Amino acid sequence: MSGMDWIVPVILTVITAATPLVFAGIGELITEKSGVLNLGVEGMMVVGAVTAFVTATVTGSYILAVLAAALSGAFMAFLFGILTLSLMANQVATGLALTLFGVGLSALIGQDFVGVPVDAIAKLNIPGLSDLPVVGPIIFGQDPLVYLSLVIVALVSWFLYKTKAGLILRAVGDSHDAAHSIGYSVIGIRYLAVMFGGAMSGIGGAYLSLAYTPMWAENMTAGRGWIALALIVFATWKPGLVLIGAYMFGGITILQLHAQAAGLDLPSQILSMLPYVATVVVLVLISKDESRIRKHAPACIGKIFHPAA
Amino acid sequence: METEGAQTPRLELRGITKAYPGVLANDSINLKILPGEIHALLGENGAGKSTLVKIIYGVLKADSGDMYWDGNPLDIPNPHAARKTGIGMIFQHFSLFEAMTVTENIALGLPGRQNMADLAKRITEISENYGLPLQPDRHVHTLSVGEKQRIEIVRCLLQNPKLLIMDEPTSVLTPQEADKMFETLRRLADEGVSILYISHKLDEIKSLCHKATILRGGKYISECDPTVETAKSLAEMMIGTNLTAPKHTDDAKRGAVRLKAHNLSLESTDQFGVDLNLLNFEVHGGEILGIAGVAGNGQVELLEVLSGESRAENAEQLLFDQQPIGKLNPIERRKMGIAFVPEDRLGHGSVPDMSLVDNAFLSAYSPKKLISNGLIDTRKTTDYAEKIVEKFDVRTAGVSHTAGSLSGGNLQKFIVGREMLQSPQLIIIAHPTWGVDAGAAAAIHQAIIDLAAEGAAILVVSQDLDELFAISNRIAVIAEGRLSVARAVQELTIEEIGLLMGGTTGTADKKEIESVA
Repeated sequence: MSGMDWIVPVILTVITAATPLVFAGIGELITEKSGVLNLGVEGMMVVGAVTAFVTATVTGSYILAVLAAALSGAFMAFLFGILTLSLMANQVATGLALTLFGVGLSALIGQDFVGVPVDAIAKLNIPGLSDLPVVGPIIFGQDPLVYLSLVIVALVSWFLYKTKAGLILRAVGDSHDAAHSIGYSVIGIRYLAVMFGGAMSGIGGAYLSLAYTPMWAENMTAGRGWIALALIVFATWKPGLVLIGAYMFGGITILQLHAQAAGLDLPSQILSMLPYVATVVVLVLISKDESRIRKHAPACIGKIFHPAA
Repeated sequence: METEGAQTPRLELRGITKAYPGVLANDSINLKILPGEIHALLGENGAGKSTLVKIIYGVLKADSGDMYWDGNPLDIPNPHAARKTGIGMIFQHFSLFEAMTVTENIALGLPGRQNMADLAKRITEISENYGLPLQPDRHVHTLSVGEKQRIEIVRCLLQNPKLLIMDEPTSVLTPQEADKMFETLRRLADEGVSILYISHKLDEIKSLCHKATILRGGKYISECDPTVETAKSLAEMMIGTNLTAPKHTDDAKRGAVRLKAHNLSLESTDQFGVDLNLLNFEVHGGEILGIAGVAGNGQVELLEVLSGESRAENAEQLLFDQQPIGKLNPIERRKMGIAFVPEDRLGHGSVPDMSLVDNAFLSAYSPKKLISNGLIDTRKTTDYAEKIVEKFDVRTAGVSHTAGSLSGGNLQKFIVGREMLQSPQLIIIAHPTWGVDAGAAAAIHQAIIDLAAEGAAILVVSQDLDELFAISNRIAVIAEGRLSVARAVQELTIEEIGLLMGGTTGTADKKEIESVA
């Protein structure tokens, strides 16, 4: 049984490490599918984290906290939208600015909350089921956000490939000029996509400050927003692969901790690099097959749309 | 015609006016289209044709004027409303989504929700019914230009349009493909569909259209019956002056071989590109060699290997004045007196965000000696840019404006002018009059012929057969990366060329299907 004792906690920690990446990744996936590159994921996550933490300590309601985090992320994304979609600023520069802004803003808001303790979001507890060995804690003993993240991936996948609205979203990302000439509101659709991306990043941040490490510390996202961005390229813009990638990247983070605990003398920096190395390798591999990129990568990503007709 | 005159027009425009800062794009334009009529809209670049059809289709809003549909006032705030009314439009630049399938593309242009399987069935039905073969599950980026246009047409037909607007639909088709499309259009007209047809090709308008409305400088000039006009009289109405056909150079003046391709081959790096397969041709001094062919048969690759953007397999495959140039880069080739007008105007031909002055400098600095003491000679470069603008009638507010701000036809004139005024020994020109109106096209043709008369060797790649016949001494056809033997124009007919161009496209499609599968 000693083998089992080791495996279950590892899987549990992988799930908690992966969930924020799932949220941020799937949100940014929708943003990018609409043809917008928002590099501000890190900033939106960290603002979501502090908003959730502050709301939870002040009101005591976790539902409110998660909602507030989603709203704060969406609001950050809305600012990004005003700058890049309405005022047509460069998306890369604006995204980077959004990250810097978010990190600073969250530190300011969270000043008085550093070191304040809060309980982690309660995990599901179904008498009988949750007590089963192995499957109990893994399948029936997660917190609600983990289940929510899986539901959202399924919904996004269904939305993108089975609904007309999803088809329109992909069309806007593929050729905004063509979409405009058919009569779709490119800017309007992109606003919605960007704000959905912000809301998801916010929830991803909330998961960090409420479940992963229930506390607030400055800059607590620690680069997870960047991993989420890398994840989308890694997944070649497919929702299912975003989920798998998030668990792989989450797993690597955890592997690093457990490797150290096991006395394996591997510099932590090497392991922190792995998600990015994996992304570079995937980029090289998919670049060889152009038709794959053409089918899945949004062709208009990062391009400014001038509705000049 | 008398009985039709009493009919209520399907669409009537009265006094449509649209102003942009500094230009009156449409100045109280009137237009009447009857049911079942194929109506041509004729005019030079900048005459206001595109603006007018965009207003009809709801992409733009008129400043003033009224529209009537079957006699009732009509308001079209957006393209959705246009389609609801029964107006369909086929754009000059396709409004297609490359990453999606034929069915998905069509679904995007239809209102409401569709069952994809049903839609695919309806697409197959309509496309068979009208002789427009299409495979619903293919991804658009794997299709030929002709097939892409069929998607647009089928998309319109699925909505049972009462008025179909077509913006230069044949500019990308072979003569045979165009004939097929005319059959479809005539059949639609017989079924009562009105068609508003924009084209530069006057012969086409004469054979297809019942009526023509002519615009010039944003103003309504006249309505006429194109079947009784000649191509020349139509062109003169468009440009308002008399037109003279370009004069051929004398074949006797043909000089020594300047450019020689010997078993020129190139493996394309693009998955959807075409490999060049053992091309052989010669261009003499004082000669214009025309290369005809349907887009996507190796023209892009040929132009790249000629310009030096890609290199030949070995240097001797390409000789300029007996010297091997196959491995030289574009700058080295330009220094030898070779000039290029690339196919892609924005990107290859110019830097869109740079001024015309800077763009003039970029390719002409060496032959025009625009550098002094290692610095850009601004005075001289500006003079050169202004000379191009003046000689080639480029309509721009000034040479300090960016290349990207010019309309397509004007940018084309600028790029052609920039290359021709360098007095090159050899010039490679892709689609010299692409998007340029009849008057300016005649001027460009004359300039090309004059340059040849001075002894330069000229190679022209074009899809416009009328153009190639008007200026070339000899014509060769490129199809699937192979080049036919060049023959003197006097010995050739358009039909023969058309067959050479189209005879192989069927196999090209098959090859594409295989490469996708």
